[in-house]
Amino acid sequence: MNRLRDLLPGRSGWFWLGLFAITWALSHYSWDIYKALDARWIVKYPSAYLLKAETSISAFMQWLVEDATFGLFTFRDVTRFIAALIEYPYDFVRDLLIDGFSVGLGSDAVKIAPSLSWIAVIVTLGAMGHYARDWKLAALVGGCFLYLAVFGQWDSAMVTLASVLIAVPIGAVGGLLLGILAYRVPLFEAMLRPVLDLMQTVPVFAYLVPILFLFGFGPVAALVATIIYAMPPMVRVTTVALHGVPSEIRDVGVMVGCTRRQLMWKVIVPSAAPTLMVGVNQVIMLTLNMVIIASMIGAGGLGFDVLGALRRLDIGGGIEAGLAIVVMAIALDRLSQAFATRTADLHAIDADQNLVRRHPWTSVVLLVAVSTFLLAQVSPAFQTYPQSATISTGTFWSDFMTYINVNFFDTFEAVKTAFLTYLLLPIKRFFTGIPWAWGILVMTIIGWRIGGISLALLTGILTALVAAVGLWDKAMTTVYLCGVSVLVASVIGIPLGILAAQNDMANRIVGSLIDTLQTLPSFVYLIPVVMLFRVGDFSAMIAVVLYAMAPAVRYAAHGIRNIDPQLIEAGLVSGCTPRQVLWRIKLPMAVPELLLGLNQTIMLALSMLVITALVGTRDLGQEVYIALTKANSGQGIVAGLAVAFIAICADRILSASARRARRNLGLE
Amino acid sequence: MRFNVLAATALVGATMAGAAFAEVESQEPIKLTLHDWSGQLLTTTIMGKVLSEAGYNVEYVQADYIAQFAGLKSGDLHVAMEIWETTGREAMDEAVATGNVVNMGETGMTAIEEWWYPAYMEETCPGLPDWKALNDCAREFSTPETAPMGRYLGGPVTWGGFDEERVEALEMDFEVVHAGTDAALFAELESAYQRKAPIVLWIYAPHWAPAKYEGSFVEFPPYTAECYDDPAWGSNPDMAYDCGKPTGPIWKVAWSGVAEKWPGAAKAVEAFDINNEDMGAMVADVDLNGKSVDEVADAWLAGNKDVWSAWIAD
Repeated sequence: MNRLRDLLPGRSGWFWLGLFAITWALSHYSWDIYKALDARWIVKYPSAYLLKAETSISAFMQWLVEDATFGLFTFRDVTRFIAALIEYPYDFVRDLLIDGFSVGLGSDAVKIAPSLSWIAVIVTLGAMGHYARDWKLAALVGGCFLYLAVFGQWDSAMVTLASVLIAVPIGAVGGLLLGILAYRVPLFEAMLRPVLDLMQTVPVFAYLVPILFLFGFGPVAALVATIIYAMPPMVRVTTVALHGVPSEIRDVGVMVGCTRRQLMWKVIVPSAAPTLMVGVNQVIMLTLNMVIIASMIGAGGLGFDVLGALRRLDIGGGIEAGLAIVVMAIALDRLSQAFATRTADLHAIDADQNLVRRHPWTSVVLLVAVSTFLLAQVSPAFQTYPQSATISTGTFWSDFMTYINVNFFDTFEAVKTAFLTYLLLPIKRFFTGIPWAWGILVMTIIGWRIGGISLALLTGILTALVAAVGLWDKAMTTVYLCGVSVLVASVIGIPLGILAAQNDMANRIVGSLIDTLQTLPSFVYLIPVVMLFRVGDFSAMIAVVLYAMAPAVRYAAHGIRNIDPQLIEAGLVSGCTPRQVLWRIKLPMAVPELLLGLNQTIMLALSMLVITALVGTRDLGQEVYIALTKANSGQGIVAGLAVAFIAICADRILSASARRARRNLGLE
Repeated sequence: MRFNVLAATALVGATMAGAAFAEVESQEPIKLTLHDWSGQLLTTTIMGKVLSEAGYNVEYVQADYIAQFAGLKSGDLHVAMEIWETTGREAMDEAVATGNVVNMGETGMTAIEEWWYPAYMEETCPGLPDWKALNDCAREFSTPETAPMGRYLGGPVTWGGFDEERVEALEMDFEVVHAGTDAALFAELESAYQRKAPIVLWIYAPHWAPAKYEGSFVEFPPYTAECYDDPAWGSNPDMAYDCGKPTGPIWKVAWSGVAEKWPGAAKAVEAFDINNEDMGAMVADVDLNGKSVDEVADAWLAGNKDVWSAWIAD
């Protein structure tokens, strides 16, 4: 009897079940209801009431780009000025790393000094590795960059590194300043939060065209787009880190008589530094994520190589360039993490020693740079890694793909058909059938049930806006595709995370797998996926799952690891089997973390939408992409905002339920 | 971005020719856009090299095919060598309408776009390339998602092409599935070709695919303007689009300021003319035989000196 009661849902369970049943029925019979009542508005938002957002946004953008003026100068002059400010350091870094310094423009340019040699760059990075931690890290970082040289990716990699070296400091410092302002002025924080949400969730393609107009065509526009995308986590981490500084430290600062500025820069920011470095790390990762899109608007580098190789169906070439991005990401990630945890120098600098002794690494780097420059006059191999010594695995990958394709296609086809019939298509029919009016109502009810009246208003209004701009069908296709992908990603990712939390070896393997998947540009695997699964929703789903799985794994592992060991001890003492410990203690206690992981998975899935448009889905991502190809900035921004609204609804609902879960578990 | 090798070669070209044609209007670099397919890289490189020969300062900039119009309109970019009637028309018209971009005429190449099938399908489907024969064996082309209809893989939605309408008007038993990008399109072809599996899809030329894979274009009732405009035309009296696709020129466009700043260069760009055969052979050389764009462009320049010197002769 008791067992039976366990299986029955509780009161709130009945509520959700009922809501789902009604939604399902309405979705299933919406067409019949429309026919029976002869009310077409049920399935289609009446066009007479459509918001004309598209045209007004287009007009506004045109005004902003062409006519907006502050009297003496136009808005565009301001953005062009900013572009010039970014361009100088960028050109310098690029000349230093790869192009060499030259005078003159275009093909009239005359070289006056060469760039750093490949050896000097590797030694510099190795030196930074040793400075930040130890010889092991130095070897790893040096090895990663040596890999780039050996596999013939050096030139493109340096172009990419140049944009990283410019985008990351701007993103990090900008994020830090905004974060500090938000920390000081709560009102500013409240205003900033929705802006950050939009920056992270509106697909880059949506605002690409206006950016090109405002910042000019070329690497700078790409850098600006990258910074917009990569900065928000830094702002968020900054506010969290500053709030996390213990009040004792602040009090000490006040007691010793710090001014407001001194308190911030000499006391609070330094003590928050380790957490701040986590933000910097995120900025680096997101910057590298943008490499492909940035290359479409003139950034060049590895992203361009990936795109070009895949256009030729040179899968091997694509994989090599893609892996080069991964390798670079790993090197920069480890380096920045080492800086984050670096403890201050143990031995004080001895002022009596000579300059070389005091700065051993700087001296070595300078020495190597100068000597390779001199040696390069004798043998060019010291300046540029010799072409003949590069290795290519290109044909291996292509042959491998052919083998898989010829021998296993039928198996893949069967798996895919099963997935389509039993999972994708039913879910698609469910979501696309929901009448828009009921959809708005449901979102309001869910918001009210989980977060009270203010959340209800937010979700209701945002959903209504999506319907009112006439994107309901496309939005539902988006929700379906993301929903399925998030489901699959969680089913695979959460067990992986649990495994990683309980086993060190598994943790290491899963960790590097996840790192690779997140930094490998999805284009690289999208083309092989299309070869095996054809164009369609299934291929899109695979791409989204591969990319969005990471947070599901990470948060699951984190949630399980952070459970109070006393609770587990208590469970073991009362005679739980390991299985019971997992199901009755660990998983329920990890629910808040799992929900946060789910939240992040949804965000990443939505950010992959534009990529899935490239394999022919018919969702909001496609809408954004079409707008880009037609240079219709209004259409792009409207569709981009619709994506952002979905993301914001999901984010608010899930964070509210995570808070509730934490309260119910007594963690707050 | 600057292509180092290209720039270096262009530099050599410029210094050599500099003596002969020292008097160009402006030494500011003319920015030519590079996209991500070899044919376009070739046309642009050839144009760039010819302009260098005339003494102009040339710079190559990587840009997205459609996004580049933003740069052309503002004068950040100057010349784009390949705008396809079939895929770029709308963006081009929009840009030309602003008055900041001008159409520099045809490149001499014609874009061919049509349904295409690999040669091995002729065994299972005798009667090809006739479209009626294709329709008779539509079932051979079906997949689990489209069964019992055949599956036709169309280009990205943005390419247009009226394939849904064509299928409808010709009463064909096919379902149109859109690839999102052209890379996805050719990935499917490569996959099917390796397995000798049935496929019919949208192919265009000049491109490396017709050179690499054996096959032919399906023959529809030939395109006429009336077919698209007038439902009464053709086999279906009630619907338009009951015919094949039009072939269209590939255009060159430029920022409107080019003609003022570099009148000679503008003339050379307008005069640029090359045909499908030459281009097809060069694209195959690059994509299939692994030669570099620069090498192939140089070979063309060496073999056609009288052609291109006419473009820059005053």
